[in-house]
Amino acid sequence: MAGLDPGQAKPPSRALERAFAGLCLAAALLPLLLLFVLLADVVYDGLSRLDWAFLTSYPSRRPERAGVLAGLVGSFYLVGLTALIALPLGVGAAVYLEEYGGRGRLAQIIEVNISNLAGVPSIIYGLLGLELFARTLAMGRSLLAGALMMALLVMPIVILSTREALRTVPLGMREAGLALGATRWQVTRRIVLPMSLPGILTGAILAIARAIGEAAPLIVLGALTYVDFLPDGLRSAFTVLPIQIFNWIGRPQAGFKLNAAAGIVLLLLMLLLFNGLAIYLRNYFQRRTR
Amino acid sequence: MGGETTGRGRLDVADMRRRVGAHARERVIELLLTACGVVSIVTTVAILGVLVFETASFFAEVSLAEFLLDTRWTPLFVDKHFGIWPLVAGTVLTSAIAIGVALPFGLLAAIYLSEFATPRARSLLKPALEVLAGVPTIVYGYFALVVLTPLLQRFIPDLAGFNALSPGIIMGIMIMPMICSLSEDAIFAVPESMREGAYALGAGKLQTVFRVVLPTAFSGIAASVILAISRAVGETMIVAIAAGQQPNLTANPRESVETMTTYMVQIGLGDTPTGTIEYKTLFVVGASLFVMTFAINLLSQRLSRRFREGR
Repeated sequence: MAGLDPGQAKPPSRALERAFAGLCLAAALLPLLLLFVLLADVVYDGLSRLDWAFLTSYPSRRPERAGVLAGLVGSFYLVGLTALIALPLGVGAAVYLEEYGGRGRLAQIIEVNISNLAGVPSIIYGLLGLELFARTLAMGRSLLAGALMMALLVMPIVILSTREALRTVPLGMREAGLALGATRWQVTRRIVLPMSLPGILTGAILAIARAIGEAAPLIVLGALTYVDFLPDGLRSAFTVLPIQIFNWIGRPQAGFKLNAAAGIVLLLLMLLLFNGLAIYLRNYFQRRTR
Repeated sequence: MGGETTGRGRLDVADMRRRVGAHARERVIELLLTACGVVSIVTTVAILGVLVFETASFFAEVSLAEFLLDTRWTPLFVDKHFGIWPLVAGTVLTSAIAIGVALPFGLLAAIYLSEFATPRARSLLKPALEVLAGVPTIVYGYFALVVLTPLLQRFIPDLAGFNALSPGIIMGIMIMPMICSLSEDAIFAVPESMREGAYALGAGKLQTVFRVVLPTAFSGIAASVILAISRAVGETMIVAIAAGQQPNLTANPRESVETMTTYMVQIGLGDTPTGTIEYKTLFVVGASLFVMTFAINLLSQRLSRRFREGR
């Protein structure tokens, strides 16, 4: 009967269990704590450098004169253009897969293909952009080439999140629409898309946030690192904020490291803004549809 | 009465016209939507096409034997060598360090979230960990070079200014949430009845976790780790900033190494004319990277499918 007595076997294992649970909690908290310390450090450094002149100046050989204007404006143009291209394409593809393609052969191929594309390292898209858009289609290192490349890069994100959103619309809503004589597109346009809008928007903003932080494919594409002008059209050369930061990190002088920290603070602020917007929109629409 | 019939007939014609129009419109819309889906296929074909084309023209000038057997990578020097191994070694070394950090932290955090955490702690920790994965890699690169390397140099005096260790550790922190969240899904998917069975047999919580839950979730956890490896192999900015640009066939984490991705950045920063051998090396390295990550992803998919079927 001794084996059945809970008092005998449990006390040592209880302590061990507690210790293990503590270890697991530490494993979850430690990286967060580290990130918090690192972020606090960069924000502390960056804020001391952040002023109006920094926002409105072009790069310079002297760190105290340099600013992020070209990168900031370039990032806004590039990301806006990317969204204009990627969102219709991505939402369209998702609607095709969820509402039209069904179990068809083509839909299945596209589906497997998208999950494979999502696993391709972003720098590989840079090779595609360089060879196809910049060289073969003769767009050069332009905003347009960069935006097309980034659109292809974020498309899997848009497609996956849109599909997720479309799936939350109950089948009964579609059937009710079809039963009233609506066509498939009318059902999609008037019922399914409005109902899944919050999810689609959230996914769209996540895709944009991803595009804001990307540097590697743009470097391979050949985006410039020293730009003292603003883009004046789709064919214009450009730089983006992450590339500007990368350029400053690579310089030996301490002043440029400070500039990099200030640039990072701006980049993080932009991401915070977009993520906040995503959360706000989701809540807003959820309230409305309810 | 006759007039009524004609009236109805007219109505029918109008209605039919509208229906035909609507039908045509439906077809056009369906075609447009299909085209959106096909863009993803075109993307894949274009990527493969670009890689195969430029890689083939690289191997027209450099033999496969030299690529695979030479141990030096110096395409930018006068004395050119095209052995891929130094770049592969740099990639493998930094990725191994990253996994060495991410695996214990990610797995333990996953166990905490699924087995020990209260619902409230879970709802706070999960989004917080997502933030880790959402920070741009350029920011992590800054942390590795400007903060972590000088800190590590205090403890490891012979650590080079550019080294594999510091970006490896930072990369590990970046991919830890990925292992955590995918492993947690796998652990969460273990049926509650199996845990209850273990408890009923008198097992404690730890025994249940280690002898029942983790073995059952093993292939799901393995799939998450392998996917994280793929992510580390393809990661660019952290290593480009903090690991250096020195092709180096070494397993010493204190030394400066160049990864495949860093080499691509290095070429991207220079103004390399199309058609030169330097330009082609960009694509041959890219193709090698693509093959590596694709093979790893495939393995991960296999494992996670086995996990889902085995359940």
